[in-house]
Amino acid sequence: MPVDTTTEPDEVAGADTTRPRRRSSWSRGPSRKWRSRWRWQSRLNWAKITPYLLLLPAVLLELLVHIVPMVIGIWISFIKLTQEYIQHWGQAPTAGLSNYRIAVDFSGPVGRSLLESFKITCLYTVVVVAFSWVIGVVAAWVLQRPFFGRGPIRTLFLVPYALPIFAGVIIWNFMLQRDSGAINELLVNNLHLVHHRPFWLLGNNAFFSTAVVAIWRQWPFAFLMVMAGMQSIPNDVYEASSLDGAGSWAQFFHVTLPMLRPVNRVLLLMLFLWTFNDFNTPFVLFNNSVPPSADLMSIHIYSNSFQVWNFGYGAAMSVLMLLFLLLVTAIYLPLANRRSRSVT
Amino acid sequence: MRTRLTRSTRITLGTVGLLAAVAMSVTACSSSGGSTSPNSKGNSGGGGGGSISGQTITYWASNQAPTIAGDVKALTPELAKFKQQTGVTVKLQVIGWADLQNKILAAVSSGQGPDVLNIGNTWAPSLQATGAFRPFDAQAFDAIGGKSQFVPSALATGGAPGQAPTSVPLYGLAYGLYYNKAMFKAKGLQPPTTWQQLVSDAKALNDPSKGVYGMALEGGSYTESVHFAFIFGQQHGGNLFDGDKATFTNPGVLAGIKQYVDLMGTDKVVNPSDAQYSQGPEAVTAFAKGKAAMVMNQNNADVAIEQAGMPHSDFGVAAIPVPNPLPAGGKDIASFPAGINLSIFKNSKHTAADEAFVKFMTSAAEQEILDKEFTALPINTAAKATWTDDAAEAKTFANILATKAAPLPLTKNEATMETAVGKAMGPLIAKAATGGDVSLGDIKSAMQQAQGQMPPG
Repeated sequence: MPVDTTTEPDEVAGADTTRPRRRSSWSRGPSRKWRSRWRWQSRLNWAKITPYLLLLPAVLLELLVHIVPMVIGIWISFIKLTQEYIQHWGQAPTAGLSNYRIAVDFSGPVGRSLLESFKITCLYTVVVVAFSWVIGVVAAWVLQRPFFGRGPIRTLFLVPYALPIFAGVIIWNFMLQRDSGAINELLVNNLHLVHHRPFWLLGNNAFFSTAVVAIWRQWPFAFLMVMAGMQSIPNDVYEASSLDGAGSWAQFFHVTLPMLRPVNRVLLLMLFLWTFNDFNTPFVLFNNSVPPSADLMSIHIYSNSFQVWNFGYGAAMSVLMLLFLLLVTAIYLPLANRRSRSVT
Repeated sequence: MRTRLTRSTRITLGTVGLLAAVAMSVTACSSSGGSTSPNSKGNSGGGGGGSISGQTITYWASNQAPTIAGDVKALTPELAKFKQQTGVTVKLQVIGWADLQNKILAAVSSGQGPDVLNIGNTWAPSLQATGAFRPFDAQAFDAIGGKSQFVPSALATGGAPGQAPTSVPLYGLAYGLYYNKAMFKAKGLQPPTTWQQLVSDAKALNDPSKGVYGMALEGGSYTESVHFAFIFGQQHGGNLFDGDKATFTNPGVLAGIKQYVDLMGTDKVVNPSDAQYSQGPEAVTAFAKGKAAMVMNQNNADVAIEQAGMPHSDFGVAAIPVPNPLPAGGKDIASFPAGINLSIFKNSKHTAADEAFVKFMTSAAEQEILDKEFTALPINTAAKATWTDDAAEAKTFANILATKAAPLPLTKNEATMETAVGKAMGPLIAKAATGGDVSLGDIKSAMQQAQGQMPPG
C-alpha cells in the first residue's frame, strides 16, 4: 500500500513535465538537434530528480524509523544474543536457523507455548475485532440522525479512545480487583449475583477481562471511522430507497453497509493488525505478570526474550509473527478489493 | 515508457534503501562494539589521582522502603552528606523491583546507564557475565576501604566463584517467619518448629468468615515465588542447577514448590486474594492489619509492619521451619544470604567518584544509619547491628544467616532462572487460589516449560 501512495504523485509529476517538452524539442529541426537534446536532457534530469529529492528526507526517516530496526530485528533472530553478548552485539555467535527451529518445534516446550499463545491471540483478535466493529457500526447508525444531545454523546463515545492507554487500562485494573474492585462490589455486594468473589485477573477469566478492556478501547475508533463513512453516503440514495418502500432495516443492510464497504475494508484490517499486536492492554492490566489465558503473542515474545535474557528467540518469534501478518494482509487485501469492485 | 521508468526507479529505490539499511545497521553495531573499549581503557587509567569534587554521578537505588518516596526521603540526607564530604553530586533514581532487572538489562545493551547501581545480590553472577560492570580487583577494593571490611558470606554473593566480583554487598537481608503474638497466645500456640506445626497452627488461626487467615503470601510476585521455590526445594534436597545446567524438574524442587503452593491449595490457610499480591508489601500489610497470623518475609518487613500500624512488641520472628522428619537429602534451610549489592557501570566516566561513593555507602558509620532506615543487616564487620532494638529478633536473624542459609546458585543463568521459575509459579498459585487442585504433575509441566525458556548450554 505505502509504495503505491508514494510513487503515484511523482509518476504524475514526471509525466506532466516531460511530455510536452519532449514534443517541442523534437519539432525544432535537425540542425540544432544535438544542442537542444543536451539542454532537454539536463532539464529532464532535473525534472526527474526533483520529486525524488523532495522525497529523500521522508525516505531516509522511513529507513531510520522502520526499516533499520526491522533489519536489525531480523539479524538478531539469526544470532545467539544472550547476556554475554548483550553489550557487544556484533560479537554474538551466529545461530543459523536454530532460534527458528526451537520456536517452531511444536513438540518442545518453547514451540508448544508459542503455538498456544498463537491460538489465544487468534481467538482474542476475532472476539475483539468482531465486537469493536459491531458496536462501532451500531453506535454510528444510531447517532446518524440528528437529535437533541447527539453532539455530547458522540464526544462521550470517543473518550476511551482519547484517554491515554495507561490511564484507561489501569482504571480497569482497579475495577477488576478481587477484593477492592468495583465490578465485584457490584456483582457480589449490590446485586448478589454470585457468592464467592470471582477473580477477574487470574485464570480463564483473565482472557475475557482483557478482551473486554480491548473492546472498550477499540470500538470508538470503529465508531469514528464508520461515522465518517456514513456521512459521505449521499442522502438521495436513502430517499430513492425509501420511495421504493425500504424501511430502516432494509436501508441499513442494502444501502448503508454496502456503501461502507471501502471504509470497512481498511477499518477491519487496521483493527486486526492492532489487536493481533496488542501489547499495552495485557501488560498494563496484569502488571507485567500475565496469566496463561491472556498470553498474547507480543507479551509472549516479550517474556521469552526480555525477561529470560535470550533475544534470539524473541526476535525469531517476532519475525514469524511479522510473516504471518504479512501473509494475512496479502491474502486479505486483494480479496477485499475484488469484492468491493464487484459490488460497485 | 512511463511504466518502464517507474518500474526501474522502484527497483533502484528499493536497492538503495536496502543498501542503506544494511550499511546503517553495520555501522550501528560496529560503533556499539567500538565505543566501549576506549572508555574502559580510560577508566582503568583514571582510577587514581585528580580531584573528584564537582563531578556528578547517577545512582539507581532499589526500592527498600515500603514506598519509593520513602527511599528518596531516607537517602536524600545521606547523599547530601556525601556531597559535603567529597563535592560529588549524586543524582538519585529509585526503581521498583518489577522493573529493576529490565532497566539494568536495557542499560547494559545500550551502554547508557547510571554510574552506580543497586542489584539484587542473587543476580550478581548473571550481570557479571554481561561484562558491563567494573570488576572489583585488588586495587578497586583498596579504593573502597578494603576487602576485609565486608562480612564474608555477604561478599561471596558478589559474583561467580573464582572471578573478581562485579558487585559488593550493601544491605544484608534474610528470610524469617513473622507471627502475631496475640493471635498465637489466644489459641495457646507456640511459634512452630516444624512445617507440620506451621500448617496446623495456621489452620487453627484461620477464620475466613472474619477475613482472617493463617498465612499471608505475596502470591503474584515472581521474586518471592522463586525464593520460596529455592528454600523449600532445599528442604526437600532439590537443586535448581547442576553447574550451569537447569534442573528445575528434579523431584526435590517439585516437592518444595508443592509445599509452598499447598498453603493456598490443600491447606487453605491463605486468602485467595493473595494470589494477586505483587506490588510490594501487600502481604506484610495484611499481616500488620491482623488479617493474617503469619507471613514469611525478609527482615526489612519490620518497617512496613510498623508503618502499617502494628507495634514492634506485637510480633515475633522465628526461622521458617522444615518438615519433620526431614525429607531424604533435605537440608535445614530457612533462607539464603539475601540482600542488595552495589555495582559500578563500566561505561562510567567518573570511576574515582563512583568508588568514593561505594566506599561511603559501605562504610561502618553509614551502614549503621542506612541499616536502621531500611532494616538491613550490616555487611561491614565494623558496623553495629542497628536495624532493630529487639535483641531477640536480632539474634534470630543472625542465627538464620549463620546456620540455616544456603546461597542461591552462583551461576550466570541465575537471573534467567528467577524469572522463568518465578513466572511459572504464578499460574500455579492462581490455580490453587481459584479452587483448582495443583498436583505434582501440574508443577512438573510448569517447570518443564520454565526449563525450556533457559538459554541453551
